[in-house]
Amino acid sequence: MGLTARPDRQLVTVAPQSQEGWVATRLDFLVNWGRANSLWPMPFGTACCAIEFMATAASKYDLARFGMERMSFSPRQADVLICAGRVPFKLAPVIRRIWQQMLQPKWCISMGACASSGGMFDNYAVVQGIDTIIPVDVYVPGCPPRPEGLIYGIMMLQEKVKRERMSDERLRDEMEPDPTSKLYIPASAIDELSEPFGNSVHQTRSGL
Amino acid sequence: MNPSAERIREKFPTAFVRAEVIWAETTVYLHPESVGDVVRYLHDDEAERYDYLSDVTAVEYRDLELPLQVVWHLRSLPFRRFLRLKAEIPRGAPLSVPSVYPIYKGADWLERECYDMFGIEFVGHPDLRRILMWEQYAEGYPLRKDFPLRGRFSRSEQLRQALAAEPESRYSMTELTIADAFEDLPLEMRQRLAGGEKTGE
Amino acid sequence: MAEKRTVEVALSTSGLDAEGRPQRIPLVVDDGGRVTTLEAPLSIEPELEGEHMLINLGPQHPATHGVLRLVLELDGETVVRCIPHVGYLHCGFEKIGEYRQYNQIIPWTDREDYLNSPGNNVAFALGAERLFGVEITPRCTVLRVIAMELSRIMSHLVWLGTTCIDIGAFTPFLWSFQERERIYTLLEQWIGARLTTTLTRVGGMGADIPDGWMDGLRDFTHTFPKTIAEVDRMVTRNGIWVGRTIGIGVMSAADAVNAGLSGPLLRASGVAYDVRKDFPYLDYETYDFDVPVGTNGDVYDRFLCRMEELRQSVRILEQAAARLPDGPVNVDDARLILPPKSKATSEMESMIHHFKQVMEGPRPPIGETYVAVESPKGEKGYYFVSDGTPKPVRWRIRPPSYVNLSAIPQMVEGHLLSDVIAINASIDIVMGEIDR
Repeated sequence: MGLTARPDRQLVTVAPQSQEGWVATRLDFLVNWGRANSLWPMPFGTACCAIEFMATAASKYDLARFGMERMSFSPRQADVLICAGRVPFKLAPVIRRIWQQMLQPKWCISMGACASSGGMFDNYAVVQGIDTIIPVDVYVPGCPPRPEGLIYGIMMLQEKVKRERMSDERLRDEMEPDPTSKLYIPASAIDELSEPFGNSVHQTRSGL
Repeated sequence: MNPSAERIREKFPTAFVRAEVIWAETTVYLHPESVGDVVRYLHDDEAERYDYLSDVTAVEYRDLELPLQVVWHLRSLPFRRFLRLKAEIPRGAPLSVPSVYPIYKGADWLERECYDMFGIEFVGHPDLRRILMWEQYAEGYPLRKDFPLRGRFSRSEQLRQALAAEPESRYSMTELTIADAFEDLPLEMRQRLAGGEKTGE
Repeated sequence: MAEKRTVEVALSTSGLDAEGRPQRIPLVVDDGGRVTTLEAPLSIEPELEGEHMLINLGPQHPATHGVLRLVLELDGETVVRCIPHVGYLHCGFEKIGEYRQYNQIIPWTDREDYLNSPGNNVAFALGAERLFGVEITPRCTVLRVIAMELSRIMSHLVWLGTTCIDIGAFTPFLWSFQERERIYTLLEQWIGARLTTTLTRVGGMGADIPDGWMDGLRDFTHTFPKTIAEVDRMVTRNGIWVGRTIGIGVMSAADAVNAGLSGPLLRASGVAYDVRKDFPYLDYETYDFDVPVGTNGDVYDRFLCRMEELRQSVRILEQAAARLPDGPVNVDDARLILPPKSKATSEMESMIHHFKQVMEGPRPPIGETYVAVESPKGEKGYYFVSDGTPKPVRWRIRPPSYVNLSAIPQMVEGHLLSDVIAINASIDIVMGEIDR
């Protein structure tokens, strides 16, 4: 994915024992605590993982204890996009549009093998991982992941949210994938670079 | 052997090619252009009454000598019978068979999918356009044997096309005529209308 | 400062220009930036004829049971035209099937109709076994009936939960998922997986049931009818439910048969077509069960049909549990069934069998077959064409939801927007199966 260049801004490294004041750290803690414990999910459920997501939200593996029982099907009101299921190329612009419609702060959980990497569908129709289209925070493997697995992923996301610091300027930057970026190296250059082992750009071998 | 096979041979001697029985299922091979008449007979005749169309699909063999076959699965619910009809299209011939949509409404989407996946044209279908892939899909017909598993374009090209697509561009022309009554159509749709794309009415 | 002037702007036209587009009345802006009207005043003719609205429902919408997109032309709240778009979950199942051996395809059958995974596994195995020409053992037959009926209950429970939640009743959703958890536990004890089970193999099952599993099944069949009764008490004669479902989405019997509908959707319209009764398989003709058939073909009848099917499935499960014979689960064919690991690592012949099956896969004879089962959605068919190689030439899935959904424009036109949701829920679609 290409990043649009920002030559005027420098990377700010936030050291753990930084010079932030006591108020700033307390405020960070309060804000992150609030955010982490009330993440409203946007269930972008397509396939089997969506059923396991529903099972996680149901009575036995209750999501309400994480503050996530209020499913927001409108992206405008959601915090975390849980992509549960395989995403074909026809659906790719839709998920991208939904991600763009979500307001910051927002996170993304890629639930299941198909959302994380294309899963068992290595063919013409399926996006090989939604992280090629939208930025993903937590990947939950499984086909489908057990509800405990999804909950582990959610708790991992909560840890990530709690580690955020308001002093980090670049935290909420939206990075749009830039199709004209020079990072799309032309295929011939990739071929040259990856001799003799081959590369995955020309994925047209059909033997397997 | 399903008795219908014999009756088809008697009533349509020019259309009938051969009949086979395999694993207790009868398959009748027909000439492609006469499929419509045979199906109409099978549907209307009182002794046949094949009132249920299970499936329309196609088979392409890996062996290039064998023709491409279009398959219809018919059921007679009153008589509890099952019949398979096949039409063989030799390689190089135009991929076109009559549509059974005038007889079975259920053939609507089944034939559209067969067109989408194989490129077979069903003559007489009112709205033959792609259904599973998007209408402007350029890579080809996925279930043909010369279509590679991972598609013809490279992964990066497929991804670039996916990122560049807009959800609104997936409206069909019929739908755009509804939206025509409103101002501010997106540019892509206005271009398609101005380009004279037919509305498919 | 310019003085304010109020102006009367009146229209002498109907508001539409020659091509039928809304006419824009140009206002003239002079150099000083003031807006003036046209030279001649026009007379007002209020136009009450409304425009039709284009509403795009989906592909991401909580009520569409997956990524279905319905483009609706609305006249107020009434649907004038409905154009469904599918293909948002098309993942090339049939293409992949041509590159996998028969046993390797079974995990894909889980994922297409993911609510009915065990049922799909059984259907695929039945077709492949017919293609290979093998007969399964009696124990395997009864176990497969148990798997199919459990899977039917699982699928109908999701239908029940999601339909209730679409129409507004939230509690039955939690109850049905609670019951599904109990079936998940049973399946997990049997095969190790909850949802995508990969339960069967060509020639047998992936695993035999563990000891004590039948007690768990009996527990389930004893207590599950109480949950059905509870949902029944809450919903079936509920004024809101009845008001929202009676007379909605009617499909006549002749239309339904001609459209190729199947399953409870067809039976609610009055056509008594159930693959288990009409073209039996797995000894279904020896089981004592009824098939509910409706009269009106509306949403309420489909609801009643599926509720009754839940009860009938419990009946079949009890009979199957009572008649489960002992014996081997897998057929005794070294070309099809992997040898036990202890033999494969010690005996040469078993090792060769194992090697051939894993690396190359069993080869069926040249031929083709179409096997149809009664899935919870309708007539589920698998069509195999073999050219003698371990991978099929063509693997076709006949998707019941796909054909059922093609009838939605006919069912929806003339109803209100909220009825679209109810009708969509009553068809019981699974996008994984529709798009494959």
